[in-house]
Amino acid sequence: MPQPSVSPASGDNSDPALPSAGRQGRRSHAALLRYLGKRLVISVFLLFGITLVTFILTNLVPGDPVAAAVGQRAAEDPAVVAAFRAKYGLDLPLPQQYANYLARLVQFDLGTSWQTHNPVAKDLSTAIPATMEIAFAAIVCAAIIGVVFGAWSAYKRGKITDQVLRMVSLVGISVPTFWMAIVCFYVFYYRLGIAPGSGRLTPGVSAPPHVTGMYTVDALLAGDLRAFVDAAAHLSLPTLVLTLYTIGLLTRFSRTSFLEVLDSVYVRAAKAKGLPGRTVFFKYVLRAAAIPILTVVGLAFGSLLSGTVLVESIFSWPGLGSYAYQSASNLDLLAVMGVGLFVGVVYLSINLAIDIAYGFIDPRVRVG
Amino acid sequence: MAETRRSLPSRIWRAIPPGIRAPLGVVSAVIALVWVVLCLIGPQITPHDPLAQNLPLYQPPGVDTLLGTDELGRDVFSRILAGAQVTVGLALLLVVMSMVVGSVLGVVAGFFGRWVDEAIMRFTDLVMAFPTVILAMVTAAALGASLFNAVLAALIVSWPPYARVVRSMVLSLRHQEYVASGRLLGFSPLKSIGVDILPNVAGPTLVMASADIGTAALLLSGLSFLGLGAKPPSPEWGAMVSSAVRHFDKWWMGVFPGLAILTVVICFNFLGDALRDYFDPKGATR
Repeated sequence: MPQPSVSPASGDNSDPALPSAGRQGRRSHAALLRYLGKRLVISVFLLFGITLVTFILTNLVPGDPVAAAVGQRAAEDPAVVAAFRAKYGLDLPLPQQYANYLARLVQFDLGTSWQTHNPVAKDLSTAIPATMEIAFAAIVCAAIIGVVFGAWSAYKRGKITDQVLRMVSLVGISVPTFWMAIVCFYVFYYRLGIAPGSGRLTPGVSAPPHVTGMYTVDALLAGDLRAFVDAAAHLSLPTLVLTLYTIGLLTRFSRTSFLEVLDSVYVRAAKAKGLPGRTVFFKYVLRAAAIPILTVVGLAFGSLLSGTVLVESIFSWPGLGSYAYQSASNLDLLAVMGVGLFVGVVYLSINLAIDIAYGFIDPRVRVG
Repeated sequence: MAETRRSLPSRIWRAIPPGIRAPLGVVSAVIALVWVVLCLIGPQITPHDPLAQNLPLYQPPGVDTLLGTDELGRDVFSRILAGAQVTVGLALLLVVMSMVVGSVLGVVAGFFGRWVDEAIMRFTDLVMAFPTVILAMVTAAALGASLFNAVLAALIVSWPPYARVVRSMVLSLRHQEYVASGRLLGFSPLKSIGVDILPNVAGPTLVMASADIGTAALLLSGLSFLGLGAKPPSPEWGAMVSSAVRHFDKWWMGVFPGLAILTVVICFNFLGDALRDYFDPKGATR
């Protein structure tokens, strides 16, 4: 505070003339609002940035979109090209094109896929629930196991348990997920026959009525136990593969968070005054470590969404990943951009939510 | 300061936790070395021509074809040896390139400050706002599928962490007395950066880069797996796994190239972890 003060030792708090608590409360309230406002503005700019990136990649790539769309022979006729460019606004100046692109995006018009001939937004609306089903299942499993491993490893710091868990988690993040998917499919389906094959349901089992688009949830809502069991069984292998990767990530990060808390003075004090280990863990350690761990779980969820790109295609799971894979390998650009845009926005929202949560929980963040 | 005078190998050795120093550190260092050597001489020592389609199809692993043959009658073992150059070589190249690009931008941002810093760092934020695999995939798809474009796409997503870390180091160095005195002596910005700043930034950046090699190999092989990298005849490991998806009952076609990727990533990750633990003493106790 650059406030001139009469006596050098007196800060704001020690001045009895000021209702310090009230003033501070109001100030920290304003600081929180300012912080939230700043984060929101930054997010909006990043959102524009994301659209700008996809716009540039969609429109300015080497290779002629006209030739790709109307065919090589028609592209040799200048009249056809001019008509095409006028129709899709390709003859307009670039800022104008970008504005048009944004106007279309606001209406959820992401263009039409060359491959499926559907609007990309429509394809995405069926693919997203399928992916979310795996992603939610995997993040829940991975968060539980990863946090337990992280805590265990931190408590046994330097011991053999810690070394083994650290090694396992490092191996976990080193495994190529697409390879792990093939190995799991081969072992559990082809060799052992304990997992169902690819897809979301066994042929013959009818899909439950559409509510959320997640078959397990929809089947439960409809009370269709047979469809639920079948959908859950099909869900198991892709979830397993993504969980294995995410466990490694979460174990490593939650271990660090737990270690920081375990080193803190108040935890040592709690131990020193003889509180039982369980009380110390649940009342002190877990509570303090929860925030950074939640952050990492949020970020892991984002990376999990990109992990599905490499896994879903192997299990013929008709989600975002398969869609992205098929569009990318057929160079169906608009579809790829649609997936990129969606995942980018999800990523951004998670980051914003984390920032806001931090602002509420940790006063140091909003002051700094 | 006495620490920094030890030779690098001895520092690396001490970085490995004593309990696992012997088995793990040595094994991963040896495997990493083997792959780097194979990356140089791999194509020369293959028992069969990695591209020739002259062997029986779908041969399971045996005496002549150690790891079996693929759907076109090519020797999987030879292809893995030859592929080291593609996967490991390009991963190393990618890490060096992202380190250079990120460091240059980070140094410029940190040294010149003001609007230069703002512009570069906001751009960095923007790139980091995207999940890496998705952005790399989108870029590679837009540029067209080729190995060169895959490296370019991976470069676009890989430099930001370097820019951030280098910038923050430069920011704190700029106010050191010896940097200020250099400037008072009339050093040009270029000389000041070269003499006073770069030597101090180089160590931590190299450590960061070594921990990044595994990630780079995963990203590149992932792009090739998606068909956005190496073109079909090329013995790239990710592309080999990808072609095995269609023949998954012939397990050797996919398992061995995947294991090759796995060993590369694991050993470089272990080395990177050990290095980071050592150079970041706070982390070392953890």
